[in-house]
Amino acid sequence: MNIFTKEFWAERDMELFIGKLLRYGVTLACGITLLGGIIYLFQNHGVSMEHYRPTPDGQPFPGVEHYLRELSTIIPRVLSFDGAAIIQLGVCVLIATPILRVAFSVIGFLIEKDYMYVVVTLIVLCIIVANMLLGLH
Amino acid sequence: MDLNLEVFSIILFFGACFAGFIGSLTGLGGGVVVIPLLTLGFGVDMRYAIGAALVTSIATSSGAAAAYIKEGITNVRIGMFLEIATTTGAVIGAIVAMYLDKVYIAVIFGCVLIFSAVRSISKKEENIDYAAPGDKLGEKLKLNGSYPTKDGRIEKYNVHNVMGGYSLMTLAGVLSGLLGIGSGALKVLAMDTAMKIPFKVSTTTSNFMVGVTAAASAVIYLQRGYIDPGLAMPIVVGVLLGAFFGSKILPKTNVKKLRMLFSVVIFLLAVSMIYNGITGKL
Repeated sequence: MNIFTKEFWAERDMELFIGKLLRYGVTLACGITLLGGIIYLFQNHGVSMEHYRPTPDGQPFPGVEHYLRELSTIIPRVLSFDGAAIIQLGVCVLIATPILRVAFSVIGFLIEKDYMYVVVTLIVLCIIVANMLLGLH
Repeated sequence: MDLNLEVFSIILFFGACFAGFIGSLTGLGGGVVVIPLLTLGFGVDMRYAIGAALVTSIATSSGAAAAYIKEGITNVRIGMFLEIATTTGAVIGAIVAMYLDKVYIAVIFGCVLIFSAVRSISKKEENIDYAAPGDKLGEKLKLNGSYPTKDGRIEKYNVHNVMGGYSLMTLAGVLSGLLGIGSGALKVLAMDTAMKIPFKVSTTTSNFMVGVTAAASAVIYLQRGYIDPGLAMPIVVGVLLGAFFGSKILPKTNVKKLRMLFSVVIFLLAVSMIYNGITGKL
């Protein structure tokens, strides 16, 4: 199966390919999250859920620990079997799935020689990526 | 109510299964159920609930989109063009959410819930001539398309009022970024009512868009520490499982009554969200 031929796209095979991509992405994310969840429950045995309570007005929202907020700090903790980090990795895979789908659509429109939609799709991709890189730290 | 983590995770898991199941049967999605479940049910901070709902929206959207895409009715061009509006809106919404007081978020969420509940039981407009000539912008953007009907015919449709749809989509994006929900009801409204796209096409295209929109704002929520692993795990797995079973029995059930019942429940939840938001209990 060569995804860079015109026939592949014309036959709507690309859409099937994208469908598969989505399904694999969701399944993979679900699997990683479940695995991380089991480890997480063992590592946080008997912890109370008190920290989920609403923060009173005027106090800053604490949020989750800082190392769980970015892929660059999540990955090292995954390697040391930190349950929370593994769950966050699963969440990252889940977030990446629809973004990857947009990226593949760029290739799709490029092969169809529909340059207007190559631009449209690139704009969408740029908004997401710029948002990711600039961030709100 | 102070539970330890194991018990909390298990209850949350079953709650999420139910949310995914009902959400997929009624077409309202998972996020709409997850936020009241966490805030009203477990007394979790609104911001953690929004983070969890966003993750839910992405999971259900991608899961369902994989099933729809085979039928070839999703209009990728319409989806992609309107995605410019929703992702821009989603980023704005997520930024606003960081600075907006919880009270306003609860009230806006309640209003969106009421709107979704009313929309899901209101009668769909019938006898629209979808093939009537559309507007010039739609033609220029190559948005017009066709889809296969049940009896094997190919039905053509032309898109109307592109700018109106685009504006509504920006609003849908803002709400999605602000509340963590897919705002599918608003997306379908933009495509059905404003742009006059056939229901089948608008539903699947909207679903395609929900995942991308939610992903755009989820990045901000992740960086801000709103996405908690302890909540994400039981919810993602539970909702996906529930949605899977929901989609299996969907063809065999009469959803009309269920939808009616669910709309009433959503309406009551909405009122309760608004009340608790205003009295500062969230």
